[in-house]
Amino acid sequence: MTRDKKKLTITESEYHIKKGKIVKVKQMTEAEMFFEIALADNENLNHDPGQFVEVSIFGVGEAPISISSSPTKRGSFDLCVRKVGKVTEALHKMHVGDEVGIRGPFGKGFPVRNLEGNDLLIVAAGLGIVPLRSLINYVLDNRREFGKVTILCGCKTPQNMLFGDEIDLWQKRLDINFSCTVDKADPEWQGNVGLITSLIPGVDVYPQHTYGIVVGPPVMYKFVIKELLAKKIPESHIIVSLERHMKCGLGKCGHCQINNLYCCQDGPVFSYDKIMPLEEAI
Amino acid sequence: MKYKILKKEHLNNFINLLSQRQKVFAPVKKGEKHFVFEEVTSAAPISIKYIPTILPPKKFFMPQNETLLEYNTHEGQNMEAVVEIQDIVLFGVHTCDIAGIQYLNLVFTDRPKDLNYLLRKNSITIIGLECNDYCDEYASCNLMENALPNGGYDLFFTDLGDYFIVHVNTLAGDNIIEITRLFEEASHAQLDELDKLRANKRKIFKNEIDADITDIPALFEKGQQSKVWEDNGNRCLACGNCTNTCPTCYCFDVIDELNLDLKSGKRYRAWDSCQSEPFAKVAGGESFRKSRTQRQKHRFNRKFKFSVDKYSRYSCTGCGRCSRACMAKINLKETLTALVKEHK
Repeated sequence: MTRDKKKLTITESEYHIKKGKIVKVKQMTEAEMFFEIALADNENLNHDPGQFVEVSIFGVGEAPISISSSPTKRGSFDLCVRKVGKVTEALHKMHVGDEVGIRGPFGKGFPVRNLEGNDLLIVAAGLGIVPLRSLINYVLDNRREFGKVTILCGCKTPQNMLFGDEIDLWQKRLDINFSCTVDKADPEWQGNVGLITSLIPGVDVYPQHTYGIVVGPPVMYKFVIKELLAKKIPESHIIVSLERHMKCGLGKCGHCQINNLYCCQDGPVFSYDKIMPLEEAI
Repeated sequence: MKYKILKKEHLNNFINLLSQRQKVFAPVKKGEKHFVFEEVTSAAPISIKYIPTILPPKKFFMPQNETLLEYNTHEGQNMEAVVEIQDIVLFGVHTCDIAGIQYLNLVFTDRPKDLNYLLRKNSITIIGLECNDYCDEYASCNLMENALPNGGYDLFFTDLGDYFIVHVNTLAGDNIIEITRLFEEASHAQLDELDKLRANKRKIFKNEIDADITDIPALFEKGQQSKVWEDNGNRCLACGNCTNTCPTCYCFDVIDELNLDLKSGKRYRAWDSCQSEPFAKVAGGESFRKSRTQRQKHRFNRKFKFSVDKYSRYSCTGCGRCSRACMAKINLKETLTALVKEHK
């Protein structure tokens, strides 16, 4: 027994950080940058599609970032980061070879086991494509396990479009239905113009066998969900991923609480029937 | 059940002996109705009769600023997750505050476990002290079923005039009895005295609001749109006094602090308050709990509804600190009473 303070090192702490090395950087749009990160010894992150990691830059801080690659990709994982705060701003200044800290993966991702054997109607608006890319690539890598796959993708202008190269490939694939829209077109834009909700009525849906998976900015959910309900997709088959500021990722700090749920542990992916009664959800 | 007696004339010696082994913190008077847990080496500064301290014992279990990581980026991103602990004794913890610690234990033991909290908790010895009467009009410890001891301590002292009767609840508590050698066996007559005091307490401590505790979650269910929240929201100054002084509020912010070398530093967590506007802000700037009305409702829901849903336990202990500390005089008992009136 001692009267002095003792300082212990606790490697098993949930705040312990793994080192990640940036192996690829790509400017995607003015505000968004793509990072491929490898953990030491190319250790796999072993995440589920839809989960997130806490990314640390020491001296600056830590921020929750959606994982954008499928777990079927081994040895490294992808993040797509919008510059919105000091951590993301610092990340944007980093280069290949730089190290960042990684905690996680955290949270509940998309319920891929439940989705198997069903049709999928994936609705990605704006940055929503970032976590949804982890699901889309998982689905495409396990394409046989799913029924009809429809992907609707929308953003403000053609310049805001993320993963343009991959979207071009998705558009050409015969085993998915892909539609894309922009709120505001430029002269070169050949595709659809209008809100993402405008694409939904045209989709052919067998409601009992379809999961509607929706990720986008907070303002979009109510309108998209309304369209999916109009298609008679059951509330329990509408899956959303919600954005909150998950500071600890451990269901403790309280910042990401949605009524009685912690977005970082109970979410960020929720089925609509679970969050429907919660006034703070969408 | 093991009960011992400590004569009051030995209290000073007891505190002194304990303080030679580890730091002892006890309630000390700081001003009219203001008490704090402060380090003591003798019994003289200790207030045996005190109203809840300004800050609850939470400050020892979950310090206001607590280092989680230390990092050094001179060569790569090197860091260590750390916890600072210290063997201490808390003397004189009331039953409401013990209930607060029990709630925090529940939260931080819940997976994923919080090792910083759990390691520190194990280095703190708790010596409880019974309230023989109400501390003041803000308390609602009986409503919250915390007027009588429900475990959560190593030793528990009850003031019976010339002596304390002491319940020995753990081996750590028994160890203190053995080491200090100041305690005597409790006689049957002294145990009867304790029973009498508790019987009398059951008469003194009445339900502080016109409702049964088991009705409260349903009351909240019905009262989500109540005008009580708007009334509270209109008055609230969003100062965060209620959450800082609450023995069960544990929300925190995580902050990096760089040393002057700009290479090394620490990551720490600091108490935060759901009553502040930026608390529920997200990256795009949208806030999911913009109004003070929403935030007041959230705070009460966390005390009386969410915690019951998740842990089958209220996270209000009835200590009354939030009402005592509120600059806008938002009163927990009045809020509950208004809800009862509206929805019973």
